[in-house]
Amino acid sequence: MGKVTITNVSRIFTKEDGTTVHALDNVSLDVQNREFICIIGPSGCGKTTFLRILAGLDFPTSGTITLDDVPIKGPGPKRGMVFQEYSLFPWRSVIDNVTFGLEICGTNKKEARHIAMSYLELVGLSKFAKSYPNELSGGMKQRVAIARALVNDPRVLLMDEPFGAVDAQTRNRLQQELLKIWERDKKTVLFITHSVDEAVFLADRVVVFTARPGRIKEIFDIDLKRPRDRTSVEANIAREKLLSSLGTEIKKAIE
Amino acid sequence: MVVKRTPIIHRKGLEVFSLLAVAVIWQFIAVVIVKNDIFLPPFTDVLFSFFEVITDISAFFKDLSTSLMHFSIGLFFALIIGIPVGIIMGWFKAVNRMVDPLIEILRPIPPLAWIPIAIIWLGFTHLSAGFIIFIGAVFPIIINTFTGFKGVPLVYVEAGKVLGCIRDRDLIWYVALPSAMPSIAAGIRIAMGVGWMCLVAAEYFGVSSNGIGYKLWFHYGIHEMNFVIVYMLLLGFIGLIIDRLFRYYIDRRLLKWRSGVVL
Repeated sequence: MGKVTITNVSRIFTKEDGTTVHALDNVSLDVQNREFICIIGPSGCGKTTFLRILAGLDFPTSGTITLDDVPIKGPGPKRGMVFQEYSLFPWRSVIDNVTFGLEICGTNKKEARHIAMSYLELVGLSKFAKSYPNELSGGMKQRVAIARALVNDPRVLLMDEPFGAVDAQTRNRLQQELLKIWERDKKTVLFITHSVDEAVFLADRVVVFTARPGRIKEIFDIDLKRPRDRTSVEANIAREKLLSSLGTEIKKAIE
Repeated sequence: MVVKRTPIIHRKGLEVFSLLAVAVIWQFIAVVIVKNDIFLPPFTDVLFSFFEVITDISAFFKDLSTSLMHFSIGLFFALIIGIPVGIIMGWFKAVNRMVDPLIEILRPIPPLAWIPIAIIWLGFTHLSAGFIIFIGAVFPIIINTFTGFKGVPLVYVEAGKVLGCIRDRDLIWYVALPSAMPSIAAGIRIAMGVGWMCLVAAEYFGVSSNGIGYKLWFHYGIHEMNFVIVYMLLLGFIGLIIDRLFRYYIDRRLLKWRSGVVL
């Protein structure tokens, strides 16, 4: 299961000099089990804050979040996260990065390696098990990070612009691989992106955030059948709708 | 690329030449200009004395092992106190604020200034010599461990947390410590250098009648300056060997994950 319920979540940051930044304002969202949600919005609209709150790395000023009707009180292995920046532990080899979550939970080493190998195979990197992160390309690092997040079998996968730093071709391939994994494991995914193209290719629903303070502006259902064709007429129509909704917000954010 | 193999004397030609030139100039100044063995013993005297010292294996071994024991005592306590103190200061802000003023007061005091305290507290014992070395070695370890912990990227800590590594103890052990290891290793290396430098002082005030530092002072007392220089050079060589061994171990074993060192 992986049903996420977000009710009236606000987050206000107070700086040391007493000034406040209103990052999120009254955000409510119901995410169904096995749903793929993309969150899109202008820079600084609080998307990352929103995801960090779901991960338990940050806390709302008001409002509640539950995962399968259990309130989220802090970070935990039921919610996997893939970060925007490279977050692999550079002192651990690829396989040891993937086994990390299992080691912490007390799984015995042999079994942990066995499970980790299956996830490395899933992301196509079993040959690189013994390499160190600094020997991998950016796209490979993020694939390992996905395997590392999946290995604990989380109910929800939180992804904060995971493919933001990789080149366009690699990005397309990673998106396809991610969908393959999602179709196999059928986890709930919340995925932040800047790219309208990415959102239309991946999501069941796209949530558009307003400029700061972040509110939900609109939610688009992307009813395209999978596997999707990036260049189809329907995809273009969806992109156009998204772009025009997003456009006014980006203008606001710049002004 | 094909590297042409040449005999060592050709490859290291300039280095060898430079050392030989210094030896010749030294010999010339000592024999022709100074003509006073106490003021400046000739190079050849020092060379013969050097062989005399290292061929008397049992005595040399005793001096070496005594000095290494003093060094090890000091370094051992510096490690088991310095690393945890640095870790706790780096991880818990409140502890840092409490401990930092104390460290900043103690740190600038030269290790040699602790000799009277060492004698009163520990007497004329090996521990007392170790204490002086400890004082020299502990601060670089604390400070580098602290700095390493302050520099742990937040994303590693958060990645650890979302993978279920939540308790401070686990985060320190599994995330912060390995991430800070390059800085800690650098601190240990500096500490070993400082600790070794303190050895001469630590063996000066009569904790034993062996040890390389002790022998240096002994020969000074009987005006055998050629031996004094021999022990000076030995201190330098052994310090160099210790440093190289440590660096080799660290690069090969602990820090092989850093770029450039892998493979």
